[in-house]
Amino acid sequence: MSSNSFAYSEQSGGGEAAELGQEATSTISPSGAFGLFSSDMKKNEDLKQMLESNKDSAKLDAMKRIVGMIAKGKNASDLFPAVVKNVASKNIEIKKLVYVYLVRYAEEQQDLALLSISTFQRALKDPNQLIRASALRVLSSIRVPIIVPIMMLAIKEASADLSPYVRKNAAHAIQKLYSLDPEQKEMLIEIIEKLLKDKSTLVAGSVVMAFEEVCPDRIDLIHKNYRKLCNLLVDVEEWGQVVIIHMLTRYARTQFVSPWKEGDGLEDKEKDFYDSDEEQKEKTDKGKKPYTMDPDHRLLIRSTKPLLQSRNAAVVMAVAQLYWHIAPKSEAGIISKSLVRLLRSNREVQYIVLQNIATMSIQRKGMFEPYLKSFYVRSTDPTMIKILKLEILTNLANEANISTLLREFQTYVKSQDKQFAAATIQTIGRCATNISEVTDTCLTGLVCLLSNRDEIVVAESVVVIKKLLQMQPVQHGEIIKHMAKLLDSITVPVARASILWLIGENCERVPKIAPDVLRKTAKSFTGEDDLVKLQILNLGAKLYLTNSKQTKLLTQYILNLGKYDQNYDIRDRTRFIRQLIVPNEKSGALSKYAKKIFLAQKPAPLLESPFKGRDHYQLGTLSHTLNTKATGYLELSNWPEVAPDPSVRNVEVIELAKEWTPAGKAKKENPDKKFYSESAEEEEDSSESSSDSESESGSESGEQDDEGDSSEESSEHESGSGSGSEAENKRAAKKNSKTKGKSDSEDVDKENENSKTSDSSNAESSSIEDSSSDSASESESESESESRKVTKEKENKTKQDRNPLTKDVSLLDLDDFNPVSTPVARPTPALSPSLIADLEGLNLSASSSVISTPDAQAQQPWLTGPAGPGHEPVSPALAGGLSTTAPPGKP
Amino acid sequence: MIHSLFLINSAGDIFLEKHWKSVVSRSVCDYFFEAQERATEAENVPPVISTPHHYLLSVYRHKIFFVAVIQTEVPPLFVIEFLHRVVDTFQDYFGVCSEPVIKDNVVVVYEVLEEMLDNGFPLATESNILKELIKPPTILRTVVNTITGSTNVGDQLPTGQLSVVPWRRTGVKYTNNEAYFDVIEEIDAIIDKSGSTVTAEIQGVIDACVKLTGMPDLTLSFMNPRLLDDVSFHPCVRFKRWESERILSFIPPDGNFRLLSYHVSAQNLVAIPVYVKHNISFRDSSSLGRFEITVGPKQTMGKSIEGVTVSSQMPRGVLSMNLTPSQGTHMFDPVTKMLSWDVGKINPQKLPGLKGTVSLQAGASKPDENPTINLQFKIQQLAISGLKVNRLDMYGEKYKPFKGIKYMTKAGKFQVRT
Repeated sequence: MSSNSFAYSEQSGGGEAAELGQEATSTISPSGAFGLFSSDMKKNEDLKQMLESNKDSAKLDAMKRIVGMIAKGKNASDLFPAVVKNVASKNIEIKKLVYVYLVRYAEEQQDLALLSISTFQRALKDPNQLIRASALRVLSSIRVPIIVPIMMLAIKEASADLSPYVRKNAAHAIQKLYSLDPEQKEMLIEIIEKLLKDKSTLVAGSVVMAFEEVCPDRIDLIHKNYRKLCNLLVDVEEWGQVVIIHMLTRYARTQFVSPWKEGDGLEDKEKDFYDSDEEQKEKTDKGKKPYTMDPDHRLLIRSTKPLLQSRNAAVVMAVAQLYWHIAPKSEAGIISKSLVRLLRSNREVQYIVLQNIATMSIQRKGMFEPYLKSFYVRSTDPTMIKILKLEILTNLANEANISTLLREFQTYVKSQDKQFAAATIQTIGRCATNISEVTDTCLTGLVCLLSNRDEIVVAESVVVIKKLLQMQPVQHGEIIKHMAKLLDSITVPVARASILWLIGENCERVPKIAPDVLRKTAKSFTGEDDLVKLQILNLGAKLYLTNSKQTKLLTQYILNLGKYDQNYDIRDRTRFIRQLIVPNEKSGALSKYAKKIFLAQKPAPLLESPFKGRDHYQLGTLSHTLNTKATGYLELSNWPEVAPDPSVRNVEVIELAKEWTPAGKAKKENPDKKFYSESAEEEEDSSESSSDSESESGSESGEQDDEGDSSEESSEHESGSGSGSEAENKRAAKKNSKTKGKSDSEDVDKENENSKTSDSSNAESSSIEDSSSDSASESESESESESRKVTKEKENKTKQDRNPLTKDVSLLDLDDFNPVSTPVARPTPALSPSLIADLEGLNLSASSSVISTPDAQAQQPWLTGPAGPGHEPVSPALAGGLSTTAPPGKP
Repeated sequence: MIHSLFLINSAGDIFLEKHWKSVVSRSVCDYFFEAQERATEAENVPPVISTPHHYLLSVYRHKIFFVAVIQTEVPPLFVIEFLHRVVDTFQDYFGVCSEPVIKDNVVVVYEVLEEMLDNGFPLATESNILKELIKPPTILRTVVNTITGSTNVGDQLPTGQLSVVPWRRTGVKYTNNEAYFDVIEEIDAIIDKSGSTVTAEIQGVIDACVKLTGMPDLTLSFMNPRLLDDVSFHPCVRFKRWESERILSFIPPDGNFRLLSYHVSAQNLVAIPVYVKHNISFRDSSSLGRFEITVGPKQTMGKSIEGVTVSSQMPRGVLSMNLTPSQGTHMFDPVTKMLSWDVGKINPQKLPGLKGTVSLQAGASKPDENPTINLQFKIQQLAISGLKVNRLDMYGEKYKPFKGIKYMTKAGKFQVRT
C-alpha cells in the first residue's frame, strides 16, 4: 500500500490528478456556459495552471488565493482535483493550505478525497509528532464514511502514541468519528476508557470532552480516574478545565450525598416549605447518622478553589457553578467575589455573568449583598446590562438597604434611556410588593412620576400603580382619588386607560368620584384614543351595575356613542355590553350574572423575577442563558439519598499505595481497604503524629483528614507540603545565620522593619530592590549563584522524589517534559524510605554548602521569601538602574 | 463545540467564514441580522441568539461581530471567552484587528484559526505557541520568504505545547535582558450630584513586558499584599505560593502579557483624586440653559493630573452649545449630542473651567435629567490604592536583568451625576 501511494505521489500522481481534473472540468463546464460564471471559471483556470506548475511559489500563491476564496465563502470546489494532488507537497505551508482545502470540500467530493488518504496514512507514521498529529487531524476531519475503518485504526494507534500531543488529537478525533458514524460507539468508548487513564494534563481536557460527547452516561468510567482528574485540574489548560469541571459537577451529584443541611443558608420561604413533618424526619435521620462529607467530595471542592483566580472567565464561571451545585452552602460564598470581578470584563461576559448572578441572588440573597454597589448602573452601560443589573438590585433589596436603593432608583428613573427608566419603575413596583415597609413610599414616589413629561415613564408608573393597588385595594382610596384628579392632565392613552380601569374596579370604594369621572369622560369620549374608549365603556358598564340610579343615562349615552364609533372593536364591545347589562326581553340567562362577570375578583398580577424558574438549569450553561433546554443539555441529577459505594473510586491497592499514600504507611493501610472510613482516619491521625517526616504528614492530613479542616486550612497544608523542602532550607539557613552571625541577621531584620515602615509611610521611592544588586564582589555573587543553582537543583530533585509520595499533582506533569516517554513508572513503596533518606541527605549537603559561603547563606532564604534577611540596601548607583520610570524603549 | 465562525462588519457583510465541522450555510446569519436590526445599537445585540437549529454566540469588538455557530449545549462563556481570545490573537499578530487587516492577511488568519480549534475545541490559544507554528507576517519575513522560499509555517511542534510551561518557548535569547512591570489602576466611580461618592472601586492590573534569556524564574513581592482583595492570574503564576506567602512566583511568558489583575473592592475607602463642580440648569421658560463645570484636584498625593478629558451626552433637546473653556479645546457634536472637552493637565493654581450657554430646540420642553459627566484622567507614578511592589528576584539564570516598574492611575468608568 505504502509503496503504491508513494509511486502515486511521485510519478503517476500528477498525471492521474490532471486527468481527473480534466474530467471534473468537463463535467462542470456546462454550468460554465452561464455567462455569469464564465469569468470565475477563467480565473480558476489560471489557478489550476499555477497549481500544476513546478514551482512551489506559484503553487503557494495559488493555494493562498484559493484559501482566500474559501474564507469569503466563494465556491472553489471545482479545483479539488488540482489541489488534492499537492497533498504530498514537501513545502509545509502548501501542505497546510491543502489540508484546509481538503477539510472544507472533502465531504462534497468523496471519491476524489480518497486519493489523499494514503498520504495521511504515511504521515501517521512520521517521526515528527506535529506531522503525525496534523495528519490525524485532517484524516479525521474528512467526513467520508468509507474511511471509517481507517480512521478507527488511526485513532487506536494514535491513542497509544508516545507523544501526548498526538494522543490529545486522538481524543479530538474520537468525537469526529462519532459524529460521522455513531455505530462505532462501543469501540470508541474503549479508547476513551484508555485515554481517561492518561496522566498527561494535555490529554485530560480533550478526552473528557470526548467522554461528554460520546458517552456522558457512562459515569462508571470516571470512578477510577476521579481523584486523578481532581488533582490534575489545576495544571490542565484552561479550556480543558472548563469541560472537566462541568463533568465533575455532574459526577458529584450522582455519587455523593447532599451536603446541604436543612435550613443551612436556605431562604425562609424554603424553610417554611420543609417545616412540617419532613424536617422532623430529617432531624431524626441526622440524629442517627450525622452528615460527613465524602473525602472525595471535599477533594473536588478543594482542588477547584484556586481556579477561581483564573484569568479565564469561563473557568471562573465553571468553578462558581460547581460551588453552587455541590459545595456546602456555607462555603459557596467565596464565589461571589470572583464573579463580581468578572463584571469588569467585556459586555458579553458581563451579560452571562449577570444572568447567573441574577439566578443565584434569588435563592441566596446573602451571597451578593456585600457587593450591592457593584451592581449600580452607569449611564454608559448597554441597555441589556442595565436591565440585568436592575434585576439583581431588586433581588438583593431588603429592609436594610431599600432606602439607599430607592434613592439610586430615583436617578435611574430620570435616565435618558427610556426603556431602562421604564424597567426601573417596574423594579420599584416589585420592591414595593416585596418589602411592605416601603410600599407607601414607593406608591407616593410612583404617583409623583405620574406628572412626568415622558409618556413611557407615566404609562409605566400607572401600570405599576395599578398592579400595586390591585394587590391591596382597601387602604388606597386616597391614591385612587388622586389618580382620578390626574385624569384631567394626563394625556398618555395607556395611563388614562389604566386609571379608568382602576376606578371602574374600585367604583364602590369611591362612590362619589366614579360617576363624575364617567361624566367627564362621556363628554370627551369622541376625542379619546381607542384604548381609552374601551375602558370608558367598561367603567360605564360597571357603574351601571353598581350605581344605576346615577349613571343609567350616562351609560346609555356612552353606549350610543360607542355604537356609531369608527372602530369596529368599540362597536362590538358596545353591542356586547348593551346585551349583557341592559335588561330586555331578548337578553338571555347571562345578564343575570352580569355583575358577577364584570366585577369578579380579578387575580392580582404577580410581580416576580423573570429569573425565578431558571435555577433548575445548571448554572453557566447555554440552557440557563436561554431559559430553554438546549440540544444536548445534560440534566443535573438530584443528590442520591444514599451515596453509592465510594470504594469504586479507589484505584487498585498497589497503585493506590504508590500514588496516594506515603510509602511508610501504605503497608499499614493496605489490609484495611476502607481507610477512608471514620475509624481508619483516626488511626491514621495517630500514625501521622508518630511518623517522622513532617512534611509528608502535613500533606497527608491535607488529603484525608477532611471534614474537620476548612478548605483553606487544608490548602495551606498542601502548600506546606509542596514547599516543604524549601521551608526546611529556610530553617537550616536561619539556624546557620543565627549561630554564625547573629548580629548580622539582626541588622538585616531591622532593615526589613525599616523597609516595612517606609512602605506604610508611603515613601516616594518605588524601586524594586534587587537581590543581586548588593555591593558584593563578583566572586561572591558568582558563588552565590552557584549555591543557588545547587539548591535549585536539589529542589527539583526533591520535588521529583516527592512526586509519588504526595498528591502534589503538578509534578505528574514532569512526564510531559519528556515528550517521547511513556508515563514514568512509580517507584515501588519499598524504595520510598530510601528516597526520604535521600531527601534528608540532600538537605544536609545543601546546608553544608551554604556554610562554606557565608554570603550565600544569608541569601538563601530568598528562595522562599524575598523579604528575607538577605535584604540589603541598594547602592545608589544600582538603584538608578531600577528607576521608577521605564526607559524610553519601553512600550 | 464551536461549529463555525462568521466575521461580520458593521455594514452587515460577512467577510470571513470558517468551519471546523461540516459546513453551515451562511444564511444562519440572517437570524443575527434580524436581532441586529431589532437592537438599535451594536452593543445592544444580545450575545446569545437562539435559532431553530443553531445557537449564535457573538462578541462585538473593533466594529466587527465575531459570530460563533453552536449546535449543542456548551457553557456560553467558554465560547465568548474564546472569541475574545481570537480577537486578542489577531491584535497580537497584526497590531490592529480591523476588517481591512483581516482581509489582507486572510491566509494567516485562516492558518491561525485552524490551529486554534480542532473540531471546535480549543487546541492552542497561547500566542507564544501560535507564533511558533505560524509566524506573524512582517515585511522583512515576506521579503526573505520570497527569496529563500521558506515559509511562515513551523514544521516542529512548539516545545511549549508539551511542557508544563506552555506559555513560554524554549531557546529565548536577548542581548539586553529586561523586565518591566506596569502597575495600572483604574478607578471606577459614581459621584452623585452633591459630590459624595456613590460607589468607587479600584481595578488594577500588572502588565509585564519581559524579555529575558532562557528560563528565568521570577518572584515578585509586594509591600502590602493584603490590599489585593481579589486577584486573577496569568496561568504562569503559582497559586500555592500566593496562597501561602502572598508572593507572585512564575516563569514568565516571553514578551508582553498581563501578569495579574486585581480588585480593591468598594468596601475599602477609595481616594477620589478629582472633583467636578458643575452648574447645569435648563429653564422651562426660555430656550437657553446655563452650563458651567470646573475640574479640580482632590486627593492626588502630590501628583499632577494629566490627560483629563470630560465628555457628556447632552439631552436630545439640545440644539447647540456656546461655551468657552479656560484651557484646552472643546467640541459639541450636534448629531450625536456629545460634548467633549479635552482639558489636558490640571493646574491647581488655575482650575480649568468650561462656561457658557446651551440652547434648546424651540418649543421643546426642558429635559428631565441633567447629563452625566464622564471623566478621563491619568496620574503618573501613583497607584491610588497604595499598592507597592517590594522586590523582584530572578532565579534559574545567571545574568542580571534590567528591571523597571511604573505606576499609573487612570479613570476607569468615572461618572459624575449632575
